[in-house]
Amino acid sequence: MRLRPQLILGAVLTLAALLGAGLSLVWTPYDIGALNIAAKLQGPSAAHWLGTDHFGRDIGSMLMAGARTSIAVAVVAVGIGMVVGVPLGLIAAARAGGWLDEVIMRGNDLIFAFPSLVIAILITAVFGPSALNAILAIGIFNIPVFARVARGGALGLWTLDYIRAARVAGKGTARISAEHILPNIANLLIVQGTIQFSLGILAEAGLSYVGLGAQPPTASWGRMLAEAQTMVTLAPHVALFPGLAIVFTVLGLNLLGDGLRDALDPRSRGRQA
Amino acid sequence: MLRFLARRLLALVLSLIVASLVVFAVIEVIPGDPAAFMLGLNASPETVEALRQTLGLTGSLPARYLSWLGGMLTGDFGISYTYKVPVADLVADRMAVSLPLALLALALSTAIALPVGLHAAARRGRASDTAVMGLTQLGIAVPNFWFAMLLVLVFAVNLRWLPAGGFPGWDAGIVPAFKALLLPSIALALPQAAILARVLRSALIETLEQDYIRTARAKGLTRSRALTHHALRNALVPVLTILGMQFSFLLAGAIIIENVFYLPGLGRLIFQAITQRDLIVVESVVMILVFAVILVTFATDIAYALVDPRLRRRG
Repeated sequence: MRLRPQLILGAVLTLAALLGAGLSLVWTPYDIGALNIAAKLQGPSAAHWLGTDHFGRDIGSMLMAGARTSIAVAVVAVGIGMVVGVPLGLIAAARAGGWLDEVIMRGNDLIFAFPSLVIAILITAVFGPSALNAILAIGIFNIPVFARVARGGALGLWTLDYIRAARVAGKGTARISAEHILPNIANLLIVQGTIQFSLGILAEAGLSYVGLGAQPPTASWGRMLAEAQTMVTLAPHVALFPGLAIVFTVLGLNLLGDGLRDALDPRSRGRQA
Repeated sequence: MLRFLARRLLALVLSLIVASLVVFAVIEVIPGDPAAFMLGLNASPETVEALRQTLGLTGSLPARYLSWLGGMLTGDFGISYTYKVPVADLVADRMAVSLPLALLALALSTAIALPVGLHAAARRGRASDTAVMGLTQLGIAVPNFWFAMLLVLVFAVNLRWLPAGGFPGWDAGIVPAFKALLLPSIALALPQAAILARVLRSALIETLEQDYIRTARAKGLTRSRALTHHALRNALVPVLTILGMQFSFLLAGAIIIENVFYLPGLGRLIFQAITQRDLIVVESVVMILVFAVILVTFATDIAYALVDPRLRRRG
């Protein structure tokens, strides 16, 4: 396994976001709850590396706390997608061509018809906005993605000799799926997980930007951008840094995902989409 | 081909029915009475009862579902609670902004991605390919609404070339309306173009390794001719998949981008409807969006079959 520069850059960027988020649990340079109107909309300086917002809050500190929201939402959403989607995909593959497969795949198509924004709109209309809505909306959107990847990966495996041998040995389809198929599609799932993680960060930012995600006082990159919008002409840095935080985190995760795919499956090298 | 069309058409109708059931059920899930929910806590029982009558909440569940469905089929989406006008008129007005925006973005993203993807595939592994791959990697990571804010800052605030927001309406003439939609559609298109260019490149590279391309080259076709005449057509299936998916992303993205530019499209309508608890509007717009996505998926399936005859037999 050769480490390519992209993989290292991706790992470094991802780690930086994770560290910022983790560190913000115990320490941020400034208290993000404390308002200091006298120091509002300051540009980057030695005291405030990334400047301050319209309430005089330290943008660097808010970005660290915002990373926590973004990452938590995206990780739980990937978890939902995997926990529900992978078993569905495995069942569909085990019953390939049967009615159960057909039902699961058509159900998948149906969920694909509801973009995560539309799911978020529906949930918000009923229960009101919260970070939980964002998690649910993105998580539901992830289910058919993982179901497809799991089914696609498992389909090819079912024709292999050692799986047939396991069948002849009397193992049931559920046990074969869990003991032989799942470990062999783990690579695929990890790579897809990284991609959905980065899409989740983008989706969370979009949802909280339009007010369907995390609500005050929870710090969130998307909401920072929404608040920055009216001040962008006065103080461009207020909009610049949260955007860059999103770009670097998503870029890092994408590079990591691509790098992992290349490292785990040499055949895909140079073909990545 | 006819059998294939019939099966797809049946699937289309089925998914529309199931999707409408899902949307209807979600709105029904609202704890308590929708009329009371829409009017808030301070409403008198008489007003709630009156709204229940107007909303048609008095019948049984199946009867209400059928009348809602029947209404939509005949173009009657009900009356907006806050605007007091037919939802169909409201939606048609807003659609006149959102749909051109999404289509313009789709056209732009295809126009950018096609030459870029072809170029990168033809120059695989060289410096310009590496540069394209790096740039597209960055393009995927950029949130479109943030990119939109940067575009406003540069082209509207600093250079003053284009309006920063608002929409003059199509009555004001094509040029002002087009100018108002240009920055939003660029913001929507660029991240999508990055994805499309990467998919096209990888699909082309895969096809270029096939034997028939070697045959084409052996019989004397130049590299670029083999690429555009043989490889491109075969690389179209994955590209079509992405295009079909992109349309739904673009519609959803348009809803978010409209907020940046204060465009009076479906997005503004639905967010206002949510804050004003105008459930009829929410229900209708969501159903229209889902309908659009299902229809585009159907169109993509048909397009596959036209591009690749092998797929027709699979149904």
